[in-house]
Amino acid sequence: MTETAAFTPPTRFAVPGRIAVSGQTAARWRTATLTEIRRETARAATFRFAVPHWAGHLPGQHLMLRLTAPDGYAAQRHYSIASAPDDAGHLELTLDHVPDGEVSGWFHTVARPGDTVQVRGPLSGFFAWPGDRPALLLGAGSGVVPLMSMVRHHRARGLSVPLRMLVSARSPEELIYARELGAETTAVFTRSAPGGAPVGRVASAHVAALLAEQPPGGWEAYVCGSNGFAEHASRLLVAAGQPVERIRIERFG
Amino acid sequence: MNVTRGFTGRPRADHPGLPPGQYDAGDDWPVLSAEVTPDLTPADWSFRIDGLVERPCTWDWEQARALPASAYDGAIHCVTSWSKFGVRFGGVSLDAFFDVAQPHGSATHAIAYSHTGYTTNLPLADLTGGRAWIAWEYDGAPLAPEHGGPARLLVPHLYFWKSAKWIAGITLLDHDEPGFWERNGYHGRGNPWEEQRYSGD
Ligand SMILES: Cc1cc2nc3c(=O)[nH]c(=O)nc-3n(C[C@H](O)[C@H](O)[C@H](O)COP(=O)(O)OP(=O)(O)OC[C@H]3O[C@@H](n4cnc5c(N)ncnc54)[C@H](O)[C@@H]3O)c2cc1C
Repeated sequence: MTETAAFTPPTRFAVPGRIAVSGQTAARWRTATLTEIRRETARAATFRFAVPHWAGHLPGQHLMLRLTAPDGYAAQRHYSIASAPDDAGHLELTLDHVPDGEVSGWFHTVARPGDTVQVRGPLSGFFAWPGDRPALLLGAGSGVVPLMSMVRHHRARGLSVPLRMLVSARSPEELIYARELGAETTAVFTRSAPGGAPVGRVASAHVAALLAEQPPGGWEAYVCGSNGFAEHASRLLVAAGQPVERIRIERFG
Repeated sequence: MNVTRGFTGRPRADHPGLPPGQYDAGDDWPVLSAEVTPDLTPADWSFRIDGLVERPCTWDWEQARALPASAYDGAIHCVTSWSKFGVRFGGVSLDAFFDVAQPHGSATHAIAYSHTGYTTNLPLADLTGGRAWIAWEYDGAPLAPEHGGPARLLVPHLYFWKSAKWIAGITLLDHDEPGFWERNGYHGRGNPWEEQRYSGD
């Protein structure tokens, strides 16, 4: 060996992963049994599963889900985990019904309690938030899913570390988890808003207001949604002064 | 086999180029990167090869573009399970850079790093022999920033997280060292045909 020191790239985004992921648990497919379906909006529903021997997860992590056809064909997709981690043996996913979607289409039109699917994970410790640092969460559409796991974790544990969430939805009717959102959340509506509230995209003013209240140690920012939203929101954060190495992005593709 | 009740899958043409567990994304080209897309112009871009080489070298944009052009025509495969066919990248074969830098016989592995600080590890053998490129064109046009422009690494026979966007350099080592996603649970090599997705696969 000519060199033993770990390689460090000469640039800023050299943030280490938050959480070491166990290859052992992530490598195994497990059978998840659907126990409950809860409608969230006209397009999104939450699917609750019993997953025996699930290793548990951290808020923000996702899993790989697989559906198998009788001819052996399998479709697999990534889904963020919506539920807080304390729920041993169960987890929840929230799926948008994507038009013509192969996997989300099955969930929204065929699935019923008692059905089984396969899952492996939890995956990626990078977007995980164990509840240690002040967290600034920005999400749009189903991008609110992993962020809600963080909010639920914050509540379930009664954490005092600052946490704020900015979510964007087309309309109040399309805002996922609307009933559950509290004082930590600011909602922005892009198409229609309730009684006189402004309509428009997440803008620099929203982000500036959140960055103005800097907690000690600064925010750890988590951005999640479509690539278009991720690009837009992460640029607003950078423009408002959030350090790039403290912005973590989960793009749904 | 765990058949999912009522799931038949979408009608599909059997694509011989589709590795197990992948689907054809068609015209879509999803974007998956964990960091903010950098504002990187060709003038800011450079590419370095160092570590176990005879001649550590840095190329700027003009110098890299002056190397013999080489294109890739084929498929790419992302670990999130989409594949994309009929893609055409233009750039330079990594062999052309290695011809200048001259890897030592002791070099077995490489770590590729980006201008953002992203890293990924590869066996050196996966980067030589006409199987890897520095690419700056997609479909005859400059590579878009969110896809790694102005220039990215392209190693199309491995899952696409190995093809570091905004490539800044490659360091040759005589041992393997996990990169960014590999420390986050992804596989060390990432061969799509063997479904090497996560560590332990
Ligand atoms: C890390 C990560 C986490 C994610 N978390 C979530 C989450 O929490 N919730 C969520 O809802 N989503 C999430 N996603 C997105 C999710 O993985 C799927 O992409 C999404 O559910 C769509 O899958 P699908 O099989 O329903 O659609 P697909 O069948 O993949 O189709 C997607 C689109 O492509 C079109 N399409 C593709 N192929 C064809 C074809 N042959 N013919 C016609 N049209 C086609 C479809 O019309 C549709 O518009 C996440 C993605 C990632 C990467």
